[in-house]
Amino acid sequence: MANKAYQRTYTQLQAITKATISLNAKGVANDELATVDGKLAQIVKTKGDLVTLQVFSGTEGVPTNAEVKFLGNPPTLKVSDQLSGRFFNAYGQPIDGGPEVEGEEREIGGPSVNPYKRRQPSQLIPTGIAGIDLNNTLVSGQKIPFFADPDQPYNKVMADVALRADVDKIILGGMGLSNDDYLFFKNEFEAAGALDKIVCFINTTEEPPVERLLIPDMALTAAEYYAVDKNEKVLVLLTDMTLYADALCIVSNRMDQIPSKDSMPGSLYSDLAKIYEKAVQLPDGGSITIIAVTTLNDGDITHAIPDNTGYITEGQLFLRADSDSGKVIVDPFRSLSRLKQLVQGKKTREDHSQVMNAGVRLYADAQNAKTKLENGFDLSEYDLRCLDYAKDYATRLLSIDVNIKIDEMLDTAWELFAKYFSPAETGIKQVLIDKYWKA
Amino acid sequence: MATKGIVTGIVSNLVTVQVDGPVAENELCFINLAGTDLMAETIKVTGNKASVQVFESTRGLKNGDSVEFLGKMLQATLGPGLLSSVYDGLQNDLTTMEGVFLKRGEYTDPLNHEKLWDFTPLAKAGDKVVAADWLGEVKEGWLPHKIMVPFSFKGEYTVKSVIEAGSYNIDTVIAVLVNEDGEDVNVTMTQKWPVKVAVKGYRNKPRPQKIMETGVRVIDTFDPIAEGGTGFIPGPFGCGKTVLQHAIAKQGEADVIVMAACGERANEVVEIFSEFPQLIDPHTGRYLMERTTIICNTSNMPVAAREASVYTAMTICEYYRAMGLRCMLLADSTSRWAQALREMSNRMEELPGADAFPVDLSAIISNFYSRAGMVELNNGKTGAVTFIGTVSPAGGNLKEPVTESTKKAARCFYALEQSRADQKRYPAVNPIESYSKYLEYPEIIEFLDNKIEKGWVEKVFKAKNYVRRGKEMADQINILGDDGVPMSYHESFWKSELIDFAFLQQDAFDAIDAVTPMERQKFMLDLILDICGRQFKFEDYEKCRAYFKQMINLMRQMNYSEWQSEKFNGYLKQLEQLLSENGK
Repeated sequence: MANKAYQRTYTQLQAITKATISLNAKGVANDELATVDGKLAQIVKTKGDLVTLQVFSGTEGVPTNAEVKFLGNPPTLKVSDQLSGRFFNAYGQPIDGGPEVEGEEREIGGPSVNPYKRRQPSQLIPTGIAGIDLNNTLVSGQKIPFFADPDQPYNKVMADVALRADVDKIILGGMGLSNDDYLFFKNEFEAAGALDKIVCFINTTEEPPVERLLIPDMALTAAEYYAVDKNEKVLVLLTDMTLYADALCIVSNRMDQIPSKDSMPGSLYSDLAKIYEKAVQLPDGGSITIIAVTTLNDGDITHAIPDNTGYITEGQLFLRADSDSGKVIVDPFRSLSRLKQLVQGKKTREDHSQVMNAGVRLYADAQNAKTKLENGFDLSEYDLRCLDYAKDYATRLLSIDVNIKIDEMLDTAWELFAKYFSPAETGIKQVLIDKYWKA
Repeated sequence: MATKGIVTGIVSNLVTVQVDGPVAENELCFINLAGTDLMAETIKVTGNKASVQVFESTRGLKNGDSVEFLGKMLQATLGPGLLSSVYDGLQNDLTTMEGVFLKRGEYTDPLNHEKLWDFTPLAKAGDKVVAADWLGEVKEGWLPHKIMVPFSFKGEYTVKSVIEAGSYNIDTVIAVLVNEDGEDVNVTMTQKWPVKVAVKGYRNKPRPQKIMETGVRVIDTFDPIAEGGTGFIPGPFGCGKTVLQHAIAKQGEADVIVMAACGERANEVVEIFSEFPQLIDPHTGRYLMERTTIICNTSNMPVAAREASVYTAMTICEYYRAMGLRCMLLADSTSRWAQALREMSNRMEELPGADAFPVDLSAIISNFYSRAGMVELNNGKTGAVTFIGTVSPAGGNLKEPVTESTKKAARCFYALEQSRADQKRYPAVNPIESYSKYLEYPEIIEFLDNKIEKGWVEKVFKAKNYVRRGKEMADQINILGDDGVPMSYHESFWKSELIDFAFLQQDAFDAIDAVTPMERQKFMLDLILDICGRQFKFEDYEKCRAYFKQMINLMRQMNYSEWQSEKFNGYLKQLEQLLSENGK
């Protein structure tokens, strides 16, 4: 964000809120950046000569006679191969002590891909976690969040998934990350020897919340560089999108906008969609896959943030502590990968989708049996078999510490079916029973 | 003299323009941003200030930038070549755009001007004609595409000449008409129509007379939609709204399908245009894409064009309806369109209605649904626009403004349910809550009597009642326990499960199960009603469960097998064998 030769300077503010300032200025462009008392700010509204800017680092200590300089361009990131292995803040400045990146300066939050130029996602992303690969298979070009309560190990699972996935680049956008979590990711990536394929944009809880608004666009601009210019497979991790939405809420509130559900801005859906829809399978082989985290308040998915997210993303992954197995599992009922049928049975074995459905259906029967048990009713012989199956199924397949190949997952499922059920009870197509049933 | 103006305020895509002359509500304008023209639509005028919604990103726009008003509303271009096209919400052809990314201010022509069409005249010199009358036809794929007197023509015209049969491009003058003042007017193969105005040009709009088959059992049998009818599919995310809508698009008994992907995922649109060109229409044996137009304004494309996209799609349907064709419009999702209205209303600082939606939301929705329907054309032929919209209720709660407003406007209601989806009971349409008002229409009852068999609708209600009864029994069993209820409760419950598993559930990804023709639906329903009508004897509820599970399994295998094939009949035999052991 170097100074430009052409700069206009103003020194009289008309209004200050915690997140925004307003002043009279002429000839400024929508979305243009400025510095306010040295702090970076962006134009969000003009009305006649009155211009409102959101100040990313907050307006603490900004006086009414603060110096405002307009920079003449929207936020940008310099892109080149030098991004690899580096850690940046929300403005794209290095925080790892390394040199500034040299490269082409690109506006962040750029245009959308022409939907007609997209390709249908078709490449499997194996993670080794059966709760994902077997029941909610991920596909490159997909966008999917973890819906998790704050106490669940979502960052750990996400790091595992990222490091096991077969991708060329991993780009981490950390929003409101605790310093501990930031160091966790850093250590995890270092320990895996994967630093050279990683780019991180980090905003920690120590930094002002409005800065977070830049993180996803920064991360995705870097991702587009690798995916579009270099035809690479890029995985973008965004954590935690709930904190991003909270920052949107702060700004819209300070601009006196009428809030809609859960005091979120009315444009929340479009704002989130702009980010998630950057996930793409490009015609020349490059792809951007987004795995995000949306933390929930006590599992409530009807809140505006997870609700709007669910309508945008291609499924969601739920983590849950399971008392039968004593492990954290990927919840098979609430989790969903919308793109799974693009690879199941096509890139994986033919029995995949039927085995998945039967496994989950029988697990649902076990849940019914459990409810009966809790209500003090006698269990039938079938109920008891279901309960035993559920425990095995959770331990050997749903648990997040599973790390096996997909064929092994399918074989394990067949083994469990044969152990507890008759072929008819699984409801699987006869041709598959004939071929795979483990008598 | 065109009205001009300058930009005086910008909040996201809402721009205030100071104008120097008259402006009309919904009038289009171009805002000049450093040489690039951004299209915008007037949505409010106060004094000499017009508020316009810009169909593009306003990044870099400055106060003082110049604006030129176009003196017209947003129009759709209509003519041969609309089918198989992929458009954005403003009807720009997405396939002819350069580069991977959408470029701001890039507007492409909706129709190909070079392509030649084989024209056959239908009218002759001396004929008296009015708007929407047929002058000639070209073959668009296998469909007879009528070239009509433009919808905008007022009064009566006399045909002076019609060009002879031959190959022409769309800009060729194919007819010369003389108006009431004796002036010559040229007609080409294309015309324009403002999308927000309903196309008239028909004699009347009778009540729907027929059912439109979709191959989806829970719809066709339980809650059928009429040709020219309206329906909506509300449901929380992950309940299979899109899968169901795609199934209807693939299998629906219509000549023309227009799919409006309004503010939804881009990959879903990609799925349509990568799969449809390979898929065969089960009714005609032609490629699906030949009868399909896609309007896509995905969630990351400019918000203001979302609203335009559904209107553009409806106008294209109405155009084909005027040719005497059966059209179907699928809009996914109308909630996104309502949200676009909310965003604008919000930025204009209007007083909000419920959930911050604009207060006239209900009126806008019902006005849009009313554009669907069957019509009798001036020449006595009929055409229809069937409209099915999806609704994405916030938090899955159906008591929200968009769902409630839509419920008032649409005649069929397909309630997708989270708990059914959780149990993978797809399509997750709740058979008890959902309804089709058309089952009450005497015309429709008569149609079904003739088409399927006398008394069909009564059978449907009988089946629905078994399901309702089963649900009540399940509630009792849950309260009192398996042992605490008489055996007949278990039997009733399992009969409803049989209907659910063997009939209502359908595998949209299985080549055979995905489409069930009406004849096969009748066969299966008869079979099921026969079973449900029997009295069984069981020693205990365990035996009852096991027995019904066996039946369910056999009937599911039947659903997966080719109709009346050896395999199908084999399973049927096994089922009959099983029934002969128990049940009278």
